[in-house]
Amino acid sequence: MPFRLGTGFFGAILVAVVVGIALVLYTDATEAIHKFGFQFWQTEVWDPISGEFGARPFIWGTLYSALLALLIAGPIALGIAIFISELCPAWAQRPLVFLTELLAAIPSIVYGLWGIFVLVPFVRQIEAATPPSIKALPLFSGPPLGLGMLSAAILLAIMVVPFSSSVAREVLRAVPQAQREGAYALGATRWEAIRMALFYARTGIVGSLMLGFGRALGETMAVTMVIGNTPQVSVSLYAPQYTMAAVIANEFAEAADTLHLHALVEIGLVLFVITLAVNVISRAFIWSLGAQRRRPVRRATPAVAREAA
Amino acid sequence: MRSYWRRALSHTVVVLCGAAVLLALVPLALILFYVLKQGLSAISWTFFTHTPAQFGDPEGGMANGIVGSLIVTGLGAIFAIPVGILAGVYASEYRGTRFAAAVRFAADTLNGVPSIVIGVFAYGVVVLPLGHFSAFAGGFALGVMMLPLVMRTTEELLLLVPPTLREGALALGATRARAVFTVVLPAAFPGIVTGILLAIARVAGETAPLLFTSLNNAYFSTDPRQPISTLTVQVYTFATSPYPEWHRQAWAGALVLVALVLSCSLLARIATARLEKYRL
Repeated sequence: MPFRLGTGFFGAILVAVVVGIALVLYTDATEAIHKFGFQFWQTEVWDPISGEFGARPFIWGTLYSALLALLIAGPIALGIAIFISELCPAWAQRPLVFLTELLAAIPSIVYGLWGIFVLVPFVRQIEAATPPSIKALPLFSGPPLGLGMLSAAILLAIMVVPFSSSVAREVLRAVPQAQREGAYALGATRWEAIRMALFYARTGIVGSLMLGFGRALGETMAVTMVIGNTPQVSVSLYAPQYTMAAVIANEFAEAADTLHLHALVEIGLVLFVITLAVNVISRAFIWSLGAQRRRPVRRATPAVAREAA
Repeated sequence: MRSYWRRALSHTVVVLCGAAVLLALVPLALILFYVLKQGLSAISWTFFTHTPAQFGDPEGGMANGIVGSLIVTGLGAIFAIPVGILAGVYASEYRGTRFAAAVRFAADTLNGVPSIVIGVFAYGVVVLPLGHFSAFAGGFALGVMMLPLVMRTTEELLLLVPPTLREGALALGATRARAVFTVVLPAAFPGIVTGILLAIARVAGETAPLLFTSLNNAYFSTDPRQPISTLTVQVYTFATSPYPEWHRQAWAGALVLVALVLSCSLLARIATARLEKYRL
């Protein structure tokens, strides 16, 4: 019994930390929550000097950048997962897994540094070379700054790919080999067999993409360094914008008055709740696939074979 | 004719999947190339022996940042390793109980919390009560990030230990605690060390949770009660500054950081490969 209680105490610390995060974020945000209420998320003016705090640009920037990153990274991550688990020769599997995981091991600050000095100038060139007919579209309007939503989305996509692809790979590995063999036996081509496997694993695949989306929502340093840090709601990929994580990173240490601090903590609280929801849902998707596998499979055994057994 | 199209589609998909792999490897190669090229041209012995210089003085380095990163990461490890291992022991020993499921859920949740939010949490729990920024607060934040990683590896590796080992210990009259601590845990220990190394490699590169916990320090400091410079925060400060000389220093810092993190994960990987060989 002392063993159970003793180790259980340390388990309880983990639970306490999670509950503690929610409590601390809430109590340190009360002033902003009471003062602004829901309006906090509906207004767009962020002016700490005059005490005006509207967080809409940040939540927009966070969701928009993560969504764009998902759009870029999703197909690539899936392609990698399919290639490694289904297509490539066995000897190439390990090195490829190692290389994609290397992408996940590089610190976010290094991505940011590379983003500022290599990616942003490159994006600026593309933006400057955009023909006016395309620039007339709201999606590509604005001066060619380089710093902005496009750079942030590309950088985020690079960072998210290894997470989504490694989970998707595991999910594909969990698909019984018999599924593919069945497809081949019916005369399917390689892609048709893979499509069967993908269909079988669909909830897990969605889960893996959502997990990447959750990562993108919370990513801080790299985005802060390339997104341009301008609070505005814009659909333009070329416009400098701002995210929730970035505004906390930039202003927290220098927040002079309590209201400013509480407004930033409230942004952190909402970021916590959003990522928590995304993670729980995506993990539920991935788990449901595992549960599906554990369910006893009704085997269509021929009667002869059953009797022989 | 239809089968022709089906085969063509199949080949196209195969090619596209291969292209996706290449597409992901291009940024990896580019990042490593630039970090090596810019970093090697900027790094020198003084980088490891000097503290950051004033603008214009070429003699600057990040000695305080390197030491600071080691201190902050070490403080995090001191907090996270014992708690993580014992929580992992609980989760694997009492698997199936409701509280073990709650611990596991807490770990997975914590793993998904953005690092900047953990920084805000550490600010509220350590910085506000103490009244000032400190290396200790930064270490706490990194420790919280390591916690779920250590706990989950411990749990998973304990489950891999053959039950016969534990049964042998119990048959000899050992209590459950004794069986776990003298037989089961040591059997899984090498693997757990690997997991801890990976966790350290992951949090050592973190910047966001340190920005307003351990802050930064222009001077050499090893006092955990004072603000401390870390490699990552220093790279951030220099990278976002307007001075080319500081940009060069930032690249040098990035090189050291990447070398540190990659050697840590490489070490862990080699250790895992060794272990697998022993098992066979």
